[in-house]
Amino acid sequence: MTLPPFQSLLDAHAPDLHRFLVAAVGRHDGDDLFQETVISALRSYPGLRHADNLRGWLFTIAHRKVIDQARRRVRQPVPAADPPVVPQLDADPLMDAELWDAVRRLPPKQRSAVVQRYLLDRPYAEIAAVIGSSEDAARQSVRAGLQRLRQEVTR
Amino acid sequence: MNATNPTNEPRGRSDRRGLDGADGDDLGERLRRVDTTDVAALVDTALRRADVEGLVDVGWVVEDTPVGPLTLAATPAGVVRIGFGGDERVLEELASEVSPRVVRLPGRLDEVRRELEEYFAGRRRTFDVPVDRRLSRGYRRTVLEALSREVPYGHTVSYQELAERTGNPKASRAVGSAMATNPIPIVVPCHRVLRTGGALGGYGGGLDTKVWLLRHEGALLG
Repeated sequence: MTLPPFQSLLDAHAPDLHRFLVAAVGRHDGDDLFQETVISALRSYPGLRHADNLRGWLFTIAHRKVIDQARRRVRQPVPAADPPVVPQLDADPLMDAELWDAVRRLPPKQRSAVVQRYLLDRPYAEIAAVIGSSEDAARQSVRAGLQRLRQEVTR
Repeated sequence: MNATNPTNEPRGRSDRRGLDGADGDDLGERLRRVDTTDVAALVDTALRRADVEGLVDVGWVVEDTPVGPLTLAATPAGVVRIGFGGDERVLEELASEVSPRVVRLPGRLDEVRRELEEYFAGRRRTFDVPVDRRLSRGYRRTVLEALSREVPYGHTVSYQELAERTGNPKASRAVGSAMATNPIPIVVPCHRVLRTGGALGGYGGGLDTKVWLLRHEGALLG
C-alpha cells in the first residue's frame, strides 16, 4: 500500500481545513489549531493503513482539535479579575461576526457539523465519518445547531 | 470518495431550504460567507515546527537553474534526490521508497541550493553538502561512490574505465545502468561518464543537459 506524498494532502485540503477551523474556533485559535492539525497528521500519517479517505481523516483530526479546545475552555474558566473575553473581530476573516460568535457557542459536535455542511458543502456521510456518528445523527446535529443559531441570531 | 463534492458547487437548494425553514431566513447562505485566507504561510510555519520535532522525513523544493527546474529533496541525513524538470513523480517515488512524509521544506535545501548556484556560476568545483545514498544499493552504489571520489570537475571517464576502477572490468553495462539510475545527478556527476571513444552515451536529464554541463566544466570543446 502506497500513501501519496503528504504534501499532496496539504495542496488539496489545507484551504478548506483552515476555513473549517477558523469558522469553528475563530481566527486566532483557528490558526493555532490548523498548525496543530498539520503536525498531528504528519506524525501519524505513515501509520495509516489505507488511503481511501484522506480528506475525511484530516478533518477528523481537526474536529478532535476543536473538541479538545472546547474541553480546555471548560476546565480553565476565565479568572474573575480578567476583562470579559472579546472575540478579536479585527483579525477575523469571518464577515458576519454576530453569526459566527453564535456558531462558536454551539457544542463542538454541532459546530463542526454545521460548519462542514454549510461552509464546506460536505455530504452528510462525510460529516458523519468526521464527527464519528451515524449519518442520521449528523443530520440531527446540523438541524439542532441551526435551530439554536436561529434563536440566537437576529435577522 | 464518490460521495464528496470536490467542485464545491452548492448542492440541492431544496435540501438546504428545508433545513433553513419555510420562513425564508438565509442562515445557510450567511454561514457560507467566509473570506478565504492564504494558508501558505501557515503551512510553512507548521512544517518548520514539524521538522524541529523530527517529523519531516523528506523535504523538497523546486529550484530554477540554467538546466531547467530541479526538484531538490533531502532527508535529515543529506540530499537524497535531484530530479530534472520539476516533475511531481519524483515526490511520489520518494513517498513510496523513503517515506510518505514528503513535504515542501525549502530551509532544508538551503545548502545544496547555495552550492548549486555557485557551481552554475562557475565558482564551485566540488560539492560539500552531505548526500544520503539510500536510493542506490549494491554495485550501483559502489560505482556512484567511486564516481564521486575519482572523477573531478572538468574530467570525463568511460563506462569501461569506471568499471575497471571498481575492480570489475566486465561490468561496463552495470556501470551504465548505475549512471542511468543515479538518484542525485549533478552533485553525483554522472554527466562525466561517456562511451569509450568519447560518444556522449545517455543522460537522465536529456543529452542537451549533459552537453551543457560538460561544456560548462570545460570538458567538451565547441
